[in-house]
Amino acid sequence: METIHTQYKHCDVIKVKGRIDSATAPNFGAALTSLTDQGRYHIVIDMSDVEFISSAGLRVLITTQKTCKRYNRGELVLAQVPANILAALELAGFNILFKIFDDLLTAVGNF
Amino acid sequence: MITRFFPGRYESLEEIAEFVRSIAQAAGLSPFETYKLETAVDEACSNIIEHAYCGISDGVIEFTILTTPEAITIILKDNGRKFSPDSVLPPDVNAPLKKRKDHGLGIFIIRKWMDDVQFDYIDGHNILTMTKYRDCTPDEPCSSF
Repeated sequence: METIHTQYKHCDVIKVKGRIDSATAPNFGAALTSLTDQGRYHIVIDMSDVEFISSAGLRVLITTQKTCKRYNRGELVLAQVPANILAALELAGFNILFKIFDDLLTAVGNF
Repeated sequence: MITRFFPGRYESLEEIAEFVRSIAQAAGLSPFETYKLETAVDEACSNIIEHAYCGISDGVIEFTILTTPEAITIILKDNGRKFSPDSVLPPDVNAPLKKRKDHGLGIFIIRKWMDDVQFDYIDGHNILTMTKYRDCTPDEPCSSF
């Protein structure tokens, strides 16, 4: 798994490539924690190149969303989610916890 | 019947996924059914590594794959700590963010995305048997794996 960070004026985009499983979820979490530790709570995750996500990756999303939404200081949103990944998110009931955007531009424009 | 052994370490998960995809594709499962199978196996192996082997990396996960014209069955066996699936409460997938627990999703996903799931503990081994039936209807016979 690889993460690529791009900082914009109103939000940060993390593009994730590859598998998010129990082996790689700690690195995924560290990439997000490095943002929230800097007080950056408006985050877009570009999921277009995510091949797989397990519950370990879902836990990272929940934990980060809780951190971002605390005190209404921000939000984590998802963009360009592949169909298989979207099915996993819907199964876990994450579609009611995260805004999901079809394209990255709209996701960034949300902030 | 195919039998394979993998080291009970998180680093094995990617190789296990490749193995499961190759089995599923050879069995003629659709890409989405293949993804479900890959996910269920990943969750099961992650549970074995985390809970049965407690993160100690010298354990082994034994895979047995059985295919029939109707179904593909994957049996995972480990000799780690006894796993009690009933001790894992199902998550409330409709709960608001503040009330979401961060555990229990793995077993939930396995039960949802596989057709039959059975946990046993026999002679010091956890044995998880998961079956996925091939989509077919009475008017449309299943083709052979």
